[in-house]
Amino acid sequence: MIDAATIRKDFPLLERRYGDTPLVYLDSAATTQKPNSVIDAISTYYRETNANVHRGAYRLADEATTAYESARTKVAGLINARSSSEVIFTRGTTAALNLLALRWADHLLSEGDRILLTLMEHHSNIVPWQLVAQRTGAELVYLDITPDFAIDLDRLDEVLDERVKIATVSGMSNVMGTIGPVDEITKAARAVGASVIVDGAQLVPHMPVDVQALDVDFLTFSAHKMLGPTGIGALWGRGELLDAMEPLEGGGEMITDVGLYESRWAPIPHKFEAGTPPIAQAVGFGAAVDYLVDLGMDDVRAHELDITAYALDRLAEVPDLTVYGPQDPARRGGAVSFELADIHAHDLATILDEEQGVAVRAGHHCAKPLMRHLEVPATARASFYVYTVPEDIDALVIGLMRAREIFGIA
Amino acid sequence: MSLQELYREVILDHYRNPRHRGHLPSPDVHAEGENPSCGDEFSLDLDVDGQTVAAIATQGQGCSISQASGSMMAEAVVGKSLDEIHELTSRFKRMMSIEEGESPVDEERPGSVLGDLEALQGVRRFPVRIKCADLPWTTLEDAIRRVEQGSEVLP
Repeated sequence: MIDAATIRKDFPLLERRYGDTPLVYLDSAATTQKPNSVIDAISTYYRETNANVHRGAYRLADEATTAYESARTKVAGLINARSSSEVIFTRGTTAALNLLALRWADHLLSEGDRILLTLMEHHSNIVPWQLVAQRTGAELVYLDITPDFAIDLDRLDEVLDERVKIATVSGMSNVMGTIGPVDEITKAARAVGASVIVDGAQLVPHMPVDVQALDVDFLTFSAHKMLGPTGIGALWGRGELLDAMEPLEGGGEMITDVGLYESRWAPIPHKFEAGTPPIAQAVGFGAAVDYLVDLGMDDVRAHELDITAYALDRLAEVPDLTVYGPQDPARRGGAVSFELADIHAHDLATILDEEQGVAVRAGHHCAKPLMRHLEVPATARASFYVYTVPEDIDALVIGLMRAREIFGIA
Repeated sequence: MSLQELYREVILDHYRNPRHRGHLPSPDVHAEGENPSCGDEFSLDLDVDGQTVAAIATQGQGCSISQASGSMMAEAVVGKSLDEIHELTSRFKRMMSIEEGESPVDEERPGSVLGDLEALQGVRRFPVRIKCADLPWTTLEDAIRRVEQGSEVLP
């Protein structure tokens, strides 16, 4: 079991204060803080190992290449990929989804085909598909949200016919915390021969994920939402599908031979990694995976269940507060969106920050279709991770009560 | 207490009971503004009689600062000439950009033209919120510019 109070000592930023007020960081769904082991791995890489990878016959370059590739092996291990060659390093989830849109979907789709999404997708899993639809003439179809903040699967059979070639679904909502029905959608998609993409930006950091057991085709995620650095993420895909895709960018590193008029591509993963990759970031990503594996992803999930249950209980004590997300912790992750009386989310965020040093997100969370469906222009969102302690939630609740006072709500 | 300064009663009153809300039946000009980063929206209709804003109606949704600023602005500009509105706008923007610790706005001019709007002074201590207070004014400037270019005013 995770002892978050002890874990916090590994995270130097969590010691920050605003004057006398300690920082209470509740925005981990946006980005997580970094443990010393990740910061040190990046720093040590630059101090001791820095060289360009996959070239150079000297020892330093070989060490850098080993560091970069061993990060890939660690990431592949975390999600139980069959081979580390199935893990492509990208700029992040957004870049990974765009790569799939440009090189998988464009090739696969034509007029009249359909892409199945859900209403709880982040903009990064909507806009690339709108662009695909414009280019190919394919249509987007959305699964609805139920009144208890789940994906409505009642219409799944009706919506999922052989016109659907791709189903792309969030593994966990960054707004409601809802865990996506990946199993159900995958089974139904398989029955009509559609390929399945999981946006794992929130899922992979918070729960054990086994891509072989899930039986999906692609999974995307970002290092910075799971203790790693910004600027790097991963696209996992079935090897045979990645092999069949054309490269996105041409350049160094992604070829086996270059002639004057044509070239031959390197095998995966290098085919998709043109140019000098983010080597230090990969090393940091690997260190973040090490940290999570040491904790154990089952324990990471268990802690999130505990802290989310505590947060939902405490928030229920605040009068006039509405939570937009499942009440059952088993159905959700630790991103909790809420509204308090007629106080706008931005005002809440300012008051929480000023009064209690509490950092929460306020706004539409890059999920405007979902917000419109929920009929809220903006929510405040508190989100948790391995270092979140009950005292953080207590500070949030004190700040919310204070907001009621400031807004003159008796 | 800086939060009290930010969320003065007059601001909350304008937030909860915005003045001049709604639409004009056939406005001379309509302008829309939004802050994409936070989602605040504000739009307005103007009737312009010669060089004077004869009527204003506003719509929008967002935080208390953006909506109160819009409500106070509507009260302040109705019946004013375009020249007076330019002056008011620049005074407001100056107030929002003044560094903390500098002399308060309009010290030399008691009975300030800003009136209730001075309640928004507290916002400048919260730099991320200044754009909220500015949104209605930027929208108004857009509307006035179009009036002055003559493109929107019906004959």
